[in-house]
Amino acid sequence: MAGEGRARGGAGAGLRAGVLGGGAGRERAPDAPGVSAGAGGGGCPAGGNDLQWCFSQVKGAIDEDVAEADIISTVEFNYSGDLLATGDKGGRVVIFQREQENKSRPHSRGEYNVYSTFQSHEPEFDYLKSLEIEEKINKIRWLPQQNAAHFLLSTNDKTIKLWKISERDKRAEGYNLKDEDGRLRDPFRITALRVPILKPMDLMVEASPRRIFANAHTYHINSISVNSDHETYLSADDLRINLWHLEITDRSFNIVDIKPVNMEELTEVITAAEFHPHQCNVFVYSSSKGTIRLCDMRSSALCDRHSKFFEEPEDPSSRSFFSEIISSISDVRFSHSGRYMMTRDYLSVKVWDLNMESRPVETHQVHEYLRSKLCSLYENDCIFDKFECCWGGSDSAIMTGSYNNFFRMFDRNTRRDVTLEASRENSKPRASLKPRKVCTGGKRKKDEISVDSLDFNKKILHTAWHPAENIIAVAATNNLYIFQDKVN
Amino acid sequence: MMLSKGLKRKREEEEEEEPEKEALAVDTWWLDPRLPAVAQAPPAVPSNSLLDLSVLKLHHSLRQSEPDLRHLVLLVNTLRRIQASMEPEATLPSVPSPPEAPGVAADSLLASSDAALSASMASLLEDLSHIEGLSQAPQPLVDEGPPGRPSGGAPPGLGALDLLGPATGCLLDDELEGLFEDIDTSMYDSELWAPASEGLKPGPEDGPGKEEGLELDEAQLDYLLDVLVGTQALERPPGPGR
Repeated sequence: MAGEGRARGGAGAGLRAGVLGGGAGRERAPDAPGVSAGAGGGGCPAGGNDLQWCFSQVKGAIDEDVAEADIISTVEFNYSGDLLATGDKGGRVVIFQREQENKSRPHSRGEYNVYSTFQSHEPEFDYLKSLEIEEKINKIRWLPQQNAAHFLLSTNDKTIKLWKISERDKRAEGYNLKDEDGRLRDPFRITALRVPILKPMDLMVEASPRRIFANAHTYHINSISVNSDHETYLSADDLRINLWHLEITDRSFNIVDIKPVNMEELTEVITAAEFHPHQCNVFVYSSSKGTIRLCDMRSSALCDRHSKFFEEPEDPSSRSFFSEIISSISDVRFSHSGRYMMTRDYLSVKVWDLNMESRPVETHQVHEYLRSKLCSLYENDCIFDKFECCWGGSDSAIMTGSYNNFFRMFDRNTRRDVTLEASRENSKPRASLKPRKVCTGGKRKKDEISVDSLDFNKKILHTAWHPAENIIAVAATNNLYIFQDKVN
Repeated sequence: MMLSKGLKRKREEEEEEEPEKEALAVDTWWLDPRLPAVAQAPPAVPSNSLLDLSVLKLHHSLRQSEPDLRHLVLLVNTLRRIQASMEPEATLPSVPSPPEAPGVAADSLLASSDAALSASMASLLEDLSHIEGLSQAPQPLVDEGPPGRPSGGAPPGLGALDLLGPATGCLLDDELEGLFEDIDTSMYDSELWAPASEGLKPGPEDGPGKEEGLELDEAQLDYLLDVLVGTQALERPPGPGR
């Protein structure tokens, strides 16, 4: 398996220049032609505290014909924000690296270019069940950087892998026992010893699997979360949550199990789980019934009983047959401060104060106009779509995706929200994104789009926000859009 | 199958009740795209088409080789909710009372299909747990000390299966062949097993052997299958730098 993870394109120059090498057969070009990116500089000034988002880059093929394998299934910045990882349905991981500031090219500051590409998961066959295990990457989570190499966890439905991404820009020359081409030298012919010297070489980025955590999940893994102790992590499937040590692959500890003795009594599944960013004994998990449970691993080894239970009472006036489905939480994320958490259900994003279990402190409507369309969304299965959400670096803003390649941003301080679109048409370099509006009835204004014209196949399920700066990455099917704040 | 029978009945019944469908307070936007969007009042009674749709979806979901549990659970819960509100004695002020004769027929059909539906859903969910039991992969090491449940553990009642240690090349072990003679492996594609070992007999050859019944009890069978999964893992090349 040693060669498996090597970045395709090998030792040749070009990975850092953004050219994707190798036989992966991918179409993901670094930048769309004619839409070369630049960040910051010029243009209209930002208004007050409002963020003015501008197009920066787009990655991926322009083809109308989207290969299923190229559909992005997860996006994640690392702790510094210098690296941006994406996973796709084909089991591949692509890592982009932010270019350093370069005085000679001021406008390309902050551009992300391909750093490494590797096949993380392959399709597998479960012989016992006669089932194919999908290679789709469900989640990627970075580990904090401890040395020159970078580590990330990537998972499909069943298996989690720890990948090491390291650079090599030197090679040793002048071995005693072998020639430059690697052939062994005849020991009798060696008359003198020399010390090998390190010579620079073209940068090569290698990805290698360091740990494989397998066979611990019967159901589909939906979440992984690295603990703040940087030694352990959790993985959650529909019914169970396991705790792992990063060094140990042959065992894990089950800390939550909601599987009923009698499967007929199953009414609820786990939908997401996350460790608290600072308290290494605390984690939360959300359910398909719209509840969140906070567990403290110090109180009991088995966290089947929660420490806190968060649930908003149902509004009787908006009750419908689809109430439960739309209350199902698709994502739960702690704020950077660790004081709040945010949950995403089908129609809204809610911010919870960890000290108040009875109801959220904020509720933001993402696309309330869909409430009257729930029946048709149930028919075409869109009602089961799982949207993610994310916090801005300062926790003052939050973002989530919607349909028609729209995504929504909410400023928690000003209470303002905006709808933006990720599209090729609006992708001029450094162009400001124009706010979009959905018309819910009556006369449609000029730039508005009516609910009936929304394209429900263009879903933005995965978004990520740079941990410190106002840079966001938005996955639109097989394309990755990067937007930056004008002021940035 | 029970489910499809229920489905057929519903469709016939639906044609009879066609005129009253319009009066039901349910979002009908999706039925006619030319109609303006209807603000959805909380529906007092679901249309039969909603029940049909839900049953169809459940059926489709269960037919997947590996059903999405979340999808399944949400569907089942929604279906139960629809069923519950279709009970004849429920207070439904906004629904015009159906004509007497079809109404009575509808009630009895509903009642019988409810029972059938519940039974089907229950048994289908139960099936899922059987699937899990069969393929539960082992955690070879059991750590007694630390807290938490170690996933998997020492299987009970090994008895004669002690010889099947994971360290042995047990797929080629002669004793193993004998054990497999009693088990009906016809459900598994024989080609899949062939490359892994030459010891296993290919194809279904059971015939009368099928009826002998399993000599291994369930726990031993589980362990046996677990070990095979573990052996499969052993055959993969080891990862680097462990």
